Amino acid sequence: MVRMTSVVQAKTVVTCRNVTKEFGQGEARVLALRGIDLDIFAGELTLLVGPSGCGKTTLLSVIAGILDPTDGEIVVLGTDLRRISNRQKVQFRGENIGFIFQQYNLLPALTAVENACVPLVIGGLSKREAVQRAGRLLSEMGMGSRLHAMPSQLSGGEQQRVAIARALVREPKLVVCDEPTSALDAHTGQLIMELLRDIALQSDRAVVVVTHDARVFQYGDRIARMNDGRIVSIETNGNSREL
Amino acid sequence: MSWIAWKMLTGDRSKYMGIIFGVTFASLLIAQQTSIFCGLMLRTTSQIRDIRGADIWVMDANVQYIDDLKPLSDIELYRVRGVSGVKWAVPLYKGLSRARLEDGNYQQVILIGVDDATLVGAPEKLYEGSLSDLRLPDAIIMDRAGYRQLWPGEPFRPGRTFEMNDRRAVIVGICDAQPTFQTFPVVFTRYTQAQRFVPRERKLLSFVLAEAEDGIPTSELCRRIEDQTGLRALTGQDFAWKTMVYYLTRTGIPINFGTTVLLGFFVGVAIAGQTFYTFTVENLKQFGTLKAMGLSNARIVGMILLQAVTVGAIGYGLGVGLAALFGIFTQNRTKLAFYMPWWVLVGTGAAVLLIVVVSSLLSVRRVIVLEPAIVFR
Ligand SMILES: Nc1ncnc2c1ncn2[C@@H]1O[C@H](COP(=O)(O)OP(=O)(O)OP(=O)(O)O)[C@@H](O)[C@H]1O
Ligand SMILES: [Mg+2]
Repeated sequence: MVRMTSVVQAKTVVTCRNVTKEFGQGEARVLALRGIDLDIFAGELTLLVGPSGCGKTTLLSVIAGILDPTDGEIVVLGTDLRRISNRQKVQFRGENIGFIFQQYNLLPALTAVENACVPLVIGGLSKREAVQRAGRLLSEMGMGSRLHAMPSQLSGGEQQRVAIARALVREPKLVVCDEPTSALDAHTGQLIMELLRDIALQSDRAVVVVTHDARVFQYGDRIARMNDGRIVSIETNGNSREL
Repeated sequence: MSWIAWKMLTGDRSKYMGIIFGVTFASLLIAQQTSIFCGLMLRTTSQIRDIRGADIWVMDANVQYIDDLKPLSDIELYRVRGVSGVKWAVPLYKGLSRARLEDGNYQQVILIGVDDATLVGAPEKLYEGSLSDLRLPDAIIMDRAGYRQLWPGEPFRPGRTFEMNDRRAVIVGICDAQPTFQTFPVVFTRYTQAQRFVPRERKLLSFVLAEAEDGIPTSELCRRIEDQTGLRALTGQDFAWKTMVYYLTRTGIPINFGTTVLLGFFVGVAIAGQTFYTFTVENLKQFGTLKAMGLSNARIVGMILLQAVTVGAIGYGLGVGLAALFGIFTQNRTKLAFYMPWWVLVGTGAAVLLIVVVSSLLSVRRVIVLEPAIVFR
């Protein structure tokens, strides 16, 4: 199940150095990230785990370029996110990062295939071409018969599959997932994790999954444990390394 | 992306209908209330517009509006006639009188005395009787609404009499008259006859009505009359404006009606704004997701503006359509003032568009500063 990857050879997709994030000011100040050092590699599925409120979503948002860190260095695919404008960041996300959400975040008014093709439309493809490509991808994922179903007509697992197709359709180099299985039952959750490993994970693509679901830990190549805004340990291929 | 914006807007039928309904109702309210206000303002000038057949109104220089009567001495009529370029000039009496009915009741009426010889200023459209009968002794013509007010439900009876200033007045005809602001009955009679219907006064000449000779512009003649007589000379339209401005600026009447109208306007604004604001806020997560996936702020704003303009246009069309139907329906059946000029339509459209655009842009602020909490939830 766990893929053997050589840490030394793997290409670094994300580098975090001493990343901190503060919310609020004065009395209400919250230190969500207190100095994160983390590397994420292509070809690996990295799990971010830890108790509620420890900063997992915050770290994922920083990595994905939708939240600016208060301090520290964050480099994604060779781009220093602190050095590009917000406008460039939006474009960078579109071209390089796929998103998978706990609540799927599908547009309820679009069919499955229309939802899956949205990133291509954002990228400038015509609707027709985008739908064609998204349809092919969905079919590969076993959703060929549900292309024109509305999200409300799909089960949770099917909706998450559409969301995965949407995250992958523009072939990003980094896929970030926030609790992709916690709205699903155990069995469906495992199917989704297998799908992420089989289809999302590629030698030139990194997948980061935030989870507190112990049942999916087995799918990670690397498990970063967080507590109170810090990474307390990183395990690779079953070998734990205390920090 | 516009097809996505369109689907987001119309995807949920009932929500879509709700938004359209909200904006329609707002447009209806705004257009209808404004039209009622316009109708009321128009009424302040109805007596000016009812006096036809003359281009120029000559009056005391201090007159501010149609009911601000500052009688002239008879000599002024001849001075106006003496101005070069005046084709003709005739006297007009306008005042209030009390009508005493057969049953002993009193009713305030507006009394208008027109030139005996030419009958200039007399009503053009008669429902009953003929204008020439006005030359009969004690003859008067009353407006239809006034007749119905004095004798509700009774058919017109030629020769029906009542008294004004202890003089007998004989109704010889029923005319059309625009509803007046005070909604008193309007009574037309000859100038010399009018003098008998009011208590003895030193001066009775309320206005001089004049017409320019062919080839002389009305405005030019107004200037000449003013220069030579020291009186004020206005075209009917200018006098109507002056009267309207007076009512708007100097009386509490438009304020009172205006508050109601403004209230309707604000209720409309609130409904349209609230409806569309709520819609966009409910879609925040969707817009946030699109933005996370790389959609720029400009294109998100574009999508929302497209939705706003679509909803605004449909709601506006339905709303002013309904308002116009309301106007047509009520005008024939009630005394309600209703006047919908083109600028009410334009104004309503601009207001509705502004409301939906502003409210959607207010709500989109939260997408522009994308909070991860919006999407990761
Ligand atoms: N926008 C914000 N403003 C203020 N505080 C915030 C904000 N976002 C997160 N926090 C705080 O930062 C800390 C980390 O939050 P975060 O959402 O990253 O936790 P998490 O590990 O994802 O938790 P969970 O497992 O419950 O999703 C929490 O204490 C949270 O209250
Ligand atoms: Mg979280």
